[in-house]
This record gives sequence, C-alpha cells and structure tokens, in this order.
Amino acid sequence: MRAEVLLVEDSPGDVRLTQEAFREANGSIKLHVTTDGADAMAFLRHEGVHADAPRPDLILLDLNLPKMDGREVLAHIKADESLKTIPTVILTTCEAEADVLSSYQLRANCYLSKPVQFPAFESLVKSISEFWLTKAQLPQR
Amino acid sequence: MHREVLLVEDSPGDVRLTQEAFRDANRAIRLHVATDGVEAMAFLRREGPHAYAPRPDIILLDLNLPKMDGREVLAQIKADSGLKTIPTVILTTSEAETDIVKSYQLQANCYLTKPVQFDEFASLVKIINDFWLTKVKLPQQKQSELA
Repeated sequence: MRAEVLLVEDSPGDVRLTQEAFREANGSIKLHVTTDGADAMAFLRHEGVHADAPRPDLILLDLNLPKMDGREVLAHIKADESLKTIPTVILTTCEAEADVLSSYQLRANCYLSKPVQFPAFESLVKSISEFWLTKAQLPQR
Repeated sequence: MHREVLLVEDSPGDVRLTQEAFRDANRAIRLHVATDGVEAMAFLRREGPHAYAPRPDIILLDLNLPKMDGREVLAQIKADSGLKTIPTVILTTSEAETDIVKSYQLQANCYLTKPVQFDEFASLVKIINDFWLTKVKLPQQKQSELA
C-alpha cells in the first residue's frame, strides 16, 4: 500500500536530496512537500489549495522554517486531536540539546539530525523508510 | 555508547528472547526488565528497590500486563513532565487497530507488533537498536532536572 509522507522543508537542495533518497529506498512512497510552516498546517488541515490533500502517514519536519517555525508546527500538530496521532519525525540540521529536548517535550515522535553528506543522508532516509513505513504499525488514515 | 533500555514485559519467554536479541544486536545496551505495570512505574520513579535505577534511554512497553495495564503505564509516563520525553515504544502482540490508534493518542512514540518467530523477532530488535539507539537523537536529561 502506498505511503503518504509530508516533508516540511524550506531548503530546495534538501528537498531534492530527500526526494531522491526516498525514490531509492521505497518506490511506493508519495512524498508531498511544503516549504514553510503555514503551508504545512494548511496541508494538514486541507485548507485552500490543499483541500484534497491526503492525510500523511508520516511527517518529516525541519525546525527552521519561514512563516511558521517547525517548533510551532509541531506544537500545533500535537495539540490537535485529529492530527496528533500522525507520527512526526523532526529532521533537522540543529543538533542543540535544547532543541532535542524541547522537541520531545512537544511530543515529537523522534528527532533525527540531517547528515551533510549525501551517502549518509540516503542511508538515514532508508532507515526512516524501513522503520516507519515497513516495521512500525501506523494508525490507519 | 552505553544505553539503558527498560523492557516492560510479563512473558518470561519474550523477556528471554529480547535479552538474547539485544545481546546479539548491541553489547553496549543494559536491558532492565519490569514484569508488570506497577513495577515499571516504580522503576521510572526510583521507588523502593529501584531507588538507584538509571533513567532509561528508551522504554519498550507491552500492552497486556498484570497489576497495571501497559496502556495505563503509557498514559502515566506521557502525563509526567519528568518522564514524558523518554521515547516509549509499544512492543506487543496486539495488532488491533483500536490498540494502535489508542497508543498513538496516548502519545506513544511508536507501535511495533512482536513477531512470533525468533528470527523475525531478532531482526526487529536489531532494527529497533539501529534506529532508536544509533540514529535517533535522544534527549539528555540531567538527574537534577527530574522532579
């Protein structure tokens, strides 16, 4: 069954890397991209241009985003009764302990640091795909 | 790096399998076992015989437990500001959609179904180790910050 993944990421280079890495890892994933926090929330709430957006099985969320910060997006998701059950994985270059801790406090399902080099990045995406989209039981849409 | 894992599991067979599988996957893990929900909470709160228990890096939690159900343990962990940041992974035989949804509603970090065959079980433990104990950034929390 096809998995719907929402990537919330403002860097076009990282978006491209993630798309390629997921294509390598798992051909049956549909990767949706929003490039700022406000657009991410509109996607999740099926607002405006996103009226027919599918409910994601998994959200990959960068922390540093324009318009609405990833921390705030996370807080909104986990405060929303209908959205909070969607596993939300922080995928960011931030490695500050304060960011790690506050993400878990805001109920992030897990926190991953984005590697800089593509082979390591690809390997991480493969692990994400294997764990979350093959092994983990996800709540049905 | 040395990791502390709390396994909350009442079936002795499954405890044994998990211990063996973790030994194969990663020798730097210390696996602590609580066999019911009450003992799990005492371990996490450092009560009674668990006064010197280490804070786990992750919790593997079965749902069907004596004395205090795993769902109740999960709810208590995630309601406790000192404990809620510990990633809590449900590891259970139940594949019921209601259990899956309920666990995510209670903010389980993820939900895994226990395979019956040892080979598959060992493979799953290896994946848990690879993802949660090697790749994931886990929260550090100093002893002094705990309530």
